[in-house]
Amino acid sequence: MTTFGNLLQQLINAISMGSSYALMAIGLAMVFGILRLINFAHGDLIMVGSYTVLFLQLAGAPFWVAALVGIAATTLAGLIMERVAYRPIRGAPAIDMLLTSFAVGIFLENVAILIFTPISRAFPAPAVMTQVLQYGALRISSLDLITTGVTFISLVLLTLFVTHTKVGISMRAVSEDSLGARLTGINVNTVIVAAFAIGSMLAGVSGLLWSARIGKVDPLMGFYPGLKAFIAAVIGGMGSLSGAVLGAYILGFLEVLFQGLLPASLAPFRDAFVFLALIVLLLFRPNGILGRPDTEKI
Amino acid sequence: MKLRMLKTQSLPKVLTPIFLVLLLTGALLAINFLASSYVQRVITILGINIVFVVSLNLLNGFTGVFSLGQVGFMAIGAYTAAILTLPLNLKVVSLPNLPSWLAGVQLSFVPALLIGAVVSTLVALVIGLSLMRLGGSYVSVATMGFLVIVHVVLINWDSLTRGARTFAGVPPYTTLWWAWGWAALTVYVVWRLVHSSYGRSMRAVRDNEIAAQMLGINIMRTRLLAFCTSAFLAGVAGALWAHYITSFSPEAFYFTETFSLIMMLVIGGMGSISGSILGTVAITLLSEALRNAERGANLGFIKIPPIYGASQILTAAAFIAVIIYHPQGLLGGREFNFRRLLISSHRRGKGKN
Repeated sequence: MTTFGNLLQQLINAISMGSSYALMAIGLAMVFGILRLINFAHGDLIMVGSYTVLFLQLAGAPFWVAALVGIAATTLAGLIMERVAYRPIRGAPAIDMLLTSFAVGIFLENVAILIFTPISRAFPAPAVMTQVLQYGALRISSLDLITTGVTFISLVLLTLFVTHTKVGISMRAVSEDSLGARLTGINVNTVIVAAFAIGSMLAGVSGLLWSARIGKVDPLMGFYPGLKAFIAAVIGGMGSLSGAVLGAYILGFLEVLFQGLLPASLAPFRDAFVFLALIVLLLFRPNGILGRPDTEKI
Repeated sequence: MKLRMLKTQSLPKVLTPIFLVLLLTGALLAINFLASSYVQRVITILGINIVFVVSLNLLNGFTGVFSLGQVGFMAIGAYTAAILTLPLNLKVVSLPNLPSWLAGVQLSFVPALLIGAVVSTLVALVIGLSLMRLGGSYVSVATMGFLVIVHVVLINWDSLTRGARTFAGVPPYTTLWWAWGWAALTVYVVWRLVHSSYGRSMRAVRDNEIAAQMLGINIMRTRLLAFCTSAFLAGVAGALWAHYITSFSPEAFYFTETFSLIMMLVIGGMGSISGSILGTVAITLLSEALRNAERGANLGFIKIPPIYGASQILTAAAFIAVIIYHPQGLLGGREFNFRRLLISSHRRGKGKN
C-alpha cells in the first residue's frame, strides 16, 4: 500500500473512533456543564441499550424496531438514574456526586451480571453494518462510514437544538450561570431532565454502533468506552459541548497515532500513554482545551 | 468544617492509648487461639484494610485531595515486595525474563515490604510534584488516570509481573500480628501527624486554600507530604495483602477494589481516624456476610440458589443511600473518644469547647 493510502486509512480509523467517543462525551459534558456532576455511570447506559436490542432481535423484531426501542430504553434508564440517584444529592459537594455515580455504575453492572450472567453474547448486527468496501488498496468498513455519518447528523441536530429551541437555549444559560438563569425564570429542573434525556439518547445511539463494532454484548461492556468518553470530555474541557467533540476527535487521533508510532514492544502500553497525555494536558490547561477557568471568590 | 483546637488533657491522655493497645492485644490473642481459621482470615484482611483506609483518610479526608488512585500504590507495593520475596526456584520458572540484577535476589519479609513501600513513595513523589498542583475534581480525574496507567503497565510488563496471568507462589509471611501491628502503627503515625502542625496545615489547605496560603502555608509541600505518606502506607498494605493472599493478578488492584476501599472511608466519615476504622470494620464484615449469602445455602428443606453480583448491588445501593441521607458518614469528622465519654458531664458544665 502506498504511504498516502496508508495515511488515509489511518485518518479514517481516527475519525471513526473519534466519532464513537464524541457521541458518548456529549452526554457527559452536558450533565457536567449543568450539574457539575461527573457521571461515571454514563458508559453503562450503552450496556442497557445493547441488551435491549439484542433481546428484541432474538424475539424476532426487525433491527430498526429493536434499535429504536433500545435507544428509548437507554433514554429511560438515564432519566431513572437522574430521578433516583442524582436528584436527591443535587448541590452536594462534587466528590459526593462523583462517588454516587460510581455506585450507580457498579449497581447497573451487577444487576446486568445477575440477570444476564457475566458471559458475553454475540451481537447480531445487520449486514449493512458489517460490510467492507474496497477502493483500490483502501479498505473501509461500512460501520466506519455509518458511525461518522450518524455522528455528523447528531451533531447538526444537537447544534440546532441548543441554538434554536427554548429548552436548548435555557440549557446553555444554566451551564453559563446557574443562578442568573434561575433569576430569569428558567426552570432548572426541566433543563436537567432534558440534558439527561439527550445525553442518554446519544449514548444509546453510540452504544448500538459500539456493540456492532465489537460484535458482542456483556455486562461490563460500557466501562471502557465510558472511560474513553470521559477522557475526551476532560481533554476538551468538562462542560463544553464543542470541547467534548473536539476532545473526542483528539483522543481518536492520539490513539491511532500511538498505535502507529510506538515501537512494537511498547504498543501494548498505548492506553498508559493516552492517560499520560491527559495528565500532562491537565497540568498545562487544568480546565481542558476549551474549558473556562473556575473563578474563585474570596 | 472548622479547625478544631487541640484539647490539652493531663493524665487520661496517656491512659487511652495504653488501654487501647492492651485491649487490642487481648482481642488478638483471643482470636489467635480461639477463633476458627475463617474468622482469623477475615480479621487479618480487616487489619490490612485499616492500614489502607486510614492512610487514604490522611490524603482524602484531612488534606482534601480526593485521590482515586491510591490502589495503584497498593499494587506497586504488592508487586515489588512479592517479586523480592519469591523463592528462587519459583522465580526461575514463573519469571524467567527477570533482569539479571533481580533474578538472584530473595529477601525476607520486612526488607521486601519496606522496599515495596519506598518504591511506592518514590513514585508518589515524582508524580505528586505535578499532580498535587491540581485541585477539586481534576485531581480525582488525574489520579484515576494514574491508576489506569499502573494497571496497563502491570498487565503488559510481562518479565516483571507475569502480565495478566496470576502471580502465584508468594510466601505467606503475613500473619494476624503483622497485619494488626501495621494497623496500630498506621493509626499512631496518622494520629500524630494529624495532630501536629503539619496536620493543622493539611486541614487548613482542605478548608480554605487561599486563606491557608495567606497564612504562609506551603500548599504544594503540605499536599505532597500527605500524598507520599499515604502512598507509603498504601504500599505497606499492598505488600501485606500480597503475602497473605499469595496469588493474585492485576485485576485485584483496579476499580472494584478502589470503590470498596473508598466506600469504607466515606461511610466511616472522612476526616475522622476512628471513623475510618469503624467504616472499614462495617464494610469488611458486611461484604463478607453478603458474599457468604451470595453463594446460596442449603437449609435442608429449602435450597437458596447462589445469586452472584447481589452483594455488590446491595452495597452500591446502601452507599447511595448513605450519601443521600447521611453524607457525613458514621462519625462525620469527629473522633470517637473514650475520654470524652468519661468526662463529658464535667465538660458539659463548662459549656462547649
